Amino acid sequence: MRLKCPLCGERDRREFYYSGAADYLSRPEAGAAPAAWDDYLHNRDNPAGVTRDLWYHEQGCAQWLVVTRNTVTHEITAVELVAGRAAE
Amino acid sequence: MPELIAKQAWAGQASVTKAGLSLVPLEDRAIWSVALFPGGAEAAGAVLAPLGLGFPQPNRWVSAGAARLVWTGRDQAFLMGAEPPAGLAGAAAVTDQSGGWAGVALSGPGLAQALARLVPVDLTPAAFPEGAAIRAPVNHMSAVILRTGAEAVEIWVFRSMARTLWHELAEVLDRLEARIAIKG
Repeated sequence: MRLKCPLCGERDRREFYYSGAADYLSRPEAGAAPAAWDDYLHNRDNPAGVTRDLWYHEQGCAQWLVVTRNTVTHEITAVELVAGRAAE
Repeated sequence: MPELIAKQAWAGQASVTKAGLSLVPLEDRAIWSVALFPGGAEAAGAVLAPLGLGFPQPNRWVSAGAARLVWTGRDQAFLMGAEPPAGLAGAAAVTDQSGGWAGVALSGPGLAQALARLVPVDLTPAAFPEGAAIRAPVNHMSAVILRTGAEAVEIWVFRSMARTLWHELAEVLDRLEARIAIKG
């Protein structure tokens, strides 16, 4: 598996650390309802198809990345920097 | 005040030449991390211009005389071999990294094939041309790798990993030499 880091170019999987679902980018506001925090912390989809997750390029440019990939075909359709993105 | 003696990272380390490849320890030098503040690129460029340096694009390094500016991350570069110019601190977070990194020069034909044993990135001249500088692992160590000539690179790692880097590279040279010996 190879990921095309927006800064470093195409790199081997061993350079990256997998963190989990991209849901972690959507942190509830302070004082949000417990249900929102429950979703944020615990509840994840388990799609057969397109999913988005967070990877860290720890052996390269040290940037957090959002990777869009397909769990069925293993196709990777997008790798984007977390830095500088518009709030979700 | 006690008198402190600065010790070179490679103190006592001799160069090695095997299998046509030369592994040479590099002298410690001034290294400054220049991490641009958001929107600081233009101001930093103006301050760096008198040095003859422009802020490098990702995966590139630039030099002017002994001074170089090496891309090391998003909006970050290492200034090596020169003091940061006055005013740079207004455009970027400038921190002294001198003594924190240790470098080696590796040169000779077959360089890319030798490093392919340790670095999972294509380092052939077509993919890693003159002026290129990348962040990449050398086995398990995070490194900065610069192309310094047609058959020459520099590899910089955290100083604490200097001996490990040397061990890894010397072992590659040993094995390539052994392979040549077997072929006769």
